[in-house]
Amino acid sequence: MKRPSKPPAPARFSRSLTDYIYDPKARALALQAIVALLLVWFVWAIVDNTIRNLEAQGIASGFGFLDNTAGFDISQSLIAYANTMSYGRAFLVGLFNTLLVAVIGVVLATIVGFVIGIARLSGNWLIAALASVYIETLRNIPPLLMLFAVYFGVLKALPSPRNSLELPFSSYLNTRGLYFPAPVWGEGTWLFVAGVLVGVAGAVFLYLNARRKFILTGKADSIALPQLILVVGVAAIAFLAAGSPLSFDYPQAGRFNLKGGMTILPEFIALLAGLTLYTAAFIAEIVRSGILSVAKGQHEAAAALGLHRGQIMRLVVIPQALRVIIPPLTNQYLNLTKNSSLAVAIGYPDLVSVFAGTVLNQTNQAVEVILITMSVYLVLSLLTSVFMNWFNARVALVER
Amino acid sequence: MRYWIAGCLAVLAAFGQPAGSAMAQSSTLDTVKARGQLQCGVNTGLAGFSAPDDAGQWKGLDVDMCRAVAAAIFKDVSKIKYVPLTAKERFTALQSGEIDMLARNTTWTMSRDTGAGLSFAGINYFDGQGFMVKKALDVVSAKELSGASICVQTGTTTELNLADYFRTNKIEYDPVVFEKLPEVLAAYNAGRCDAFTTDVSQLYSIRLTLGNAAEHIVLPEIISKEPLGPAVRQGDAQWANIVRWSLNAMINAEELGVTQANVDQLKESKNPEVRRLLGFEGEFGKSIGLDLDWSYQIIKLVGNYGESFDRNVGAGSPLGIARGQNALWRDGGLQYAPPIR
Repeated sequence: MKRPSKPPAPARFSRSLTDYIYDPKARALALQAIVALLLVWFVWAIVDNTIRNLEAQGIASGFGFLDNTAGFDISQSLIAYANTMSYGRAFLVGLFNTLLVAVIGVVLATIVGFVIGIARLSGNWLIAALASVYIETLRNIPPLLMLFAVYFGVLKALPSPRNSLELPFSSYLNTRGLYFPAPVWGEGTWLFVAGVLVGVAGAVFLYLNARRKFILTGKADSIALPQLILVVGVAAIAFLAAGSPLSFDYPQAGRFNLKGGMTILPEFIALLAGLTLYTAAFIAEIVRSGILSVAKGQHEAAAALGLHRGQIMRLVVIPQALRVIIPPLTNQYLNLTKNSSLAVAIGYPDLVSVFAGTVLNQTNQAVEVILITMSVYLVLSLLTSVFMNWFNARVALVER
Repeated sequence: MRYWIAGCLAVLAAFGQPAGSAMAQSSTLDTVKARGQLQCGVNTGLAGFSAPDDAGQWKGLDVDMCRAVAAAIFKDVSKIKYVPLTAKERFTALQSGEIDMLARNTTWTMSRDTGAGLSFAGINYFDGQGFMVKKALDVVSAKELSGASICVQTGTTTELNLADYFRTNKIEYDPVVFEKLPEVLAAYNAGRCDAFTTDVSQLYSIRLTLGNAAEHIVLPEIISKEPLGPAVRQGDAQWANIVRWSLNAMINAEELGVTQANVDQLKESKNPEVRRLLGFEGEFGKSIGLDLDWSYQIIKLVGNYGESFDRNVGAGSPLGIARGQNALWRDGGLQYAPPIR
């Protein structure tokens, strides 16, 4: 049988439906569009359902509550806060308190983790054994229990405010926290700040100069002492020239507590210590795995070049180990940030305590409050990830 | 491909009717009857209000509220599942239907009554917020607490009252806020705070658990009104009526002198009020969907309000709280129930 002759060229522009069905590309696009639509509709259905049910049950909704007066007090605040301010302001106070403990915790946990991780590889049996005990104990205890142990252990050990422990520089330690004099800057402070900046600039210049010389001649000058003298000397001269514009607000004994000065709350110390010690145990293991991943030949080659042990670690081993260390380190930073929400258990006013606790209770708007709180942790975690990925890309092995 | 389409249809079917599904529930009473058990939200442990005793039986003034409702519905006070809740969890548990009623020393406030999807069904304890301090501090008034650290539990109305009181009196203080009561107490005991604040009834209850009760005193200032009462979900008027009138029946029974001991003899009573209360005249049980002897069962199985008070928090209990505001109106208190007629 004779087949009908093919139609001419314009067929390209008027394909029939079956042509599309048998075109894998078009089919895939169509399916993806359908799935995307279903997803959008699914999310919309949940949101719509929630809003309608909240209305039906007579539960208030919307974000207007953020402008209402908070009315409650917060024990620690990095920004000015009074109970006459809004819920939005209370949210910021909680957010900053979370950030404070997370940032300091990440820095401290990294330092402690590196020290313990290197210690576990030490040739000294005692140091290696102590590091092993530290790691195996602390990383196998739930963080909440650690916080309780640290917090109540610390409280039990400290004296009452009437019998405060006196420390140097008019500082005091008691169950209410660590009190120390608060600096009060007077007129002429700018001159002192300028002096410090000049000193630092000079130190940087010295460093750049010494590095250029090292690259050109291979001679390494020790510039730490001149740098120190430069910074401290210039700052001290500027301070005296400005007429010593610094006075202190000393803590004084009140009827119940010490008044004045600056205070670090025991809740903050306990939370920071608990999170740091716990996370450091994991970081130590990551550091150890990173160091072990550097081939032994690298150590030996560096030693053969005449580098001493500190230099081998700092210049040869750690830079290579970082490539292995950084990705899992990011996870630990995220864990530390998220674990900081355990603060509510020991009375530290973090975001969860202030916002998802008190504000939620006073406004009864659980959906909005929890949504905002979750978004904050999501954004914090994503920002940490972005930064660590950037850092990872910087230290990654550059292949040619 | 066929499976794929079937899957799509299933999803469509599941979400074809967004909203409305929560509204189409049957009445709470029917749900409770069908389940054969009342799910009652109580405190996780507050002596006198709701706490398990040595034998593991829940006891307390709030627990008696649950038992009264179970008695009215089932004529059996064992058909209750107690759900211990923290201050923070309680409203969500009620809103989501995890419990049928909440009897957990909960303050009746306007925002909770109107904005949280709850309805309060009455007041079973008139309370107020106060302070407890260690005797050794030599404090006799809350006004002396200037500069003190004060421990408080979150998820309650106390934080706001505290701030209000100190703001009004222009006194400075440091709040230390915990999520759970045991941590608040541990911190107070460890000397982290000078004072602990919450409802006075709780202070008395907690003072007993602190070991040496004589070392702590409750200051005389009452800084807030805390009317505590049972709450139900908004939107089921019949269920709210059952809880409200179970409480009213207990208070009316005390006023009329009907007790657990004499309720059977009083079946012969000629007093029309007693006859209406016990269901021999009128059809009050039917109007709330229950049997005519609903209130008889409450008094027989749980007792009247005064008996419940004495047994749990009053003179007959270790707490020994005076009736005070919780006495009947004719004895100079605030307890006053609308009549059954």
